[in-house]
Amino acid sequence: MSIFKKIFTAIRGGATEVGEAVVDANSTRIFEQEIRDAENHLTKAKRDLTDVMAKQMQASREVERLQKDIATHEGYATQALNKGDEALALEVAEKIAALETELTTQQAALENFTASVARLKDLIKKSERQVADYKRQLSVVKTTDSVHKATAAITDNFVSGNSKLLSAKESLERIKAKQQNFDDRMKASEQLQAEQGDASLEAKLKAAGIGEQESSANSILARLKSKQGE
Amino acid sequence: MNIHTIAQYLNDLGDQSATGHNFDCQPIAGEVDVLQISLAGREELPIFVSVTDDQVLCITYLWGENEIISDRRAEMMETMLEMNMPMPLSSFAKIGDKYAIFGALAISSSLAEIEHELAVLSDNAIDVIDDFSEYLN
Repeated sequence: MSIFKKIFTAIRGGATEVGEAVVDANSTRIFEQEIRDAENHLTKAKRDLTDVMAKQMQASREVERLQKDIATHEGYATQALNKGDEALALEVAEKIAALETELTTQQAALENFTASVARLKDLIKKSERQVADYKRQLSVVKTTDSVHKATAAITDNFVSGNSKLLSAKESLERIKAKQQNFDDRMKASEQLQAEQGDASLEAKLKAAGIGEQESSANSILARLKSKQGE
Repeated sequence: MNIHTIAQYLNDLGDQSATGHNFDCQPIAGEVDVLQISLAGREELPIFVSVTDDQVLCITYLWGENEIISDRRAEMMETMLEMNMPMPLSSFAKIGDKYAIFGALAISSSLAEIEHELAVLSDNAIDVIDDFSEYLN
C-alpha cells in the first residue's frame, strides 16, 4: 500500500481526533531505521565500486603490458628465424605462448571487473532512488503528523484564547474596511500636503510682490484721496 | 531554520520589509512549534507557520465546512482545483473540516523567500475569499 493510501485511509478512518497520531511513532522509527540501513548499504556499495574500479584499471594496464610484450617477442622470434636460429626462435615462441596464456587470464579478469563495475553502478543508482523515495515517504508521514499536531495547537489556542471565530466573509469585510480606512487617510494626507504646498507658494509670491496684494493702509488712503479730488 | 529564526527576522524587519507589510509573530505552544503571523491590517486572517525536517509550511485557514452553501459545494471544489495552478505559490488544502491555502518551502529557503511567501499567501487568501464568496453563506 502506498504511503498516500495509508494516510488517506487513516484520515478517512477518523484518526483525526486531536492528539491522535495519524501514523504511529513506532512505525515512523522503523521506517527511519530502514532508511539508515539502506544508506549504509549504499555507502558500502560505493566503497566496493571504488575497489573494483581500481582492480579494473590494474587489469587493463596489465592487458596492455602483455600485448606489448607479445608484440616485442614476436619481433624477436622473427629476427631469430631470419638469422636461421630455429632453436632460439622456438624458445621465444614458448615465451610468447606463456604470455598469451597470461593475457587470456587478464582479459577474462578485466571483462569480469568491467561487468562488476556496471552492475555496482546500476545497484547504486537503484539504491539511491530507493533511499530518495523512502525519504519522500517519510516526509509525507512526518508532515501529515506535524500538520495534525499544529492544527491541534492552533485549535487549542483559539479555544483557550477565547477569540471569536469570524466567518471568512466577516474577516474579509473587516480587512477591506481597514484597507479603505487606510486608503482614505492616505488620500486625506495627500490632499493636506497639496494644500499646504499651495499655501507656501502663495506666501512666496506675495513676498516677491507678485499676484494679489493685500490692501495696505497707504493704498486705502491714496484711494480715498483720489475719490475726494473727483 | 526554525520558527524562532523566522519570528526574529520578521519582527526585526519593521518598516524595512521588501513586501511592504508589517509582520507580527506569536509562537503557539503545542506538541510541535507553530508560529502565528499577522500582517498589519489583516489580523483576521493569520498565517500559521510550522517547520518540519525538510520543509517550511505556511497555512492560512479560509472557511469551515459549515460556511459553504451546500448546493454549491461540488462547484466550489471544482473551482478550487481549477484555480490551484494559476494561484501563485499557494495551493488549496483541507484540514479537518476547514479549507485552507498553504505554501510549502524547502528548509533551505532564505528568510527573504519566506517573507515573500507569506506576503503572497496573504494576498492569495484575501483574493480567494473575495472570489469564492458566492459559494459561502
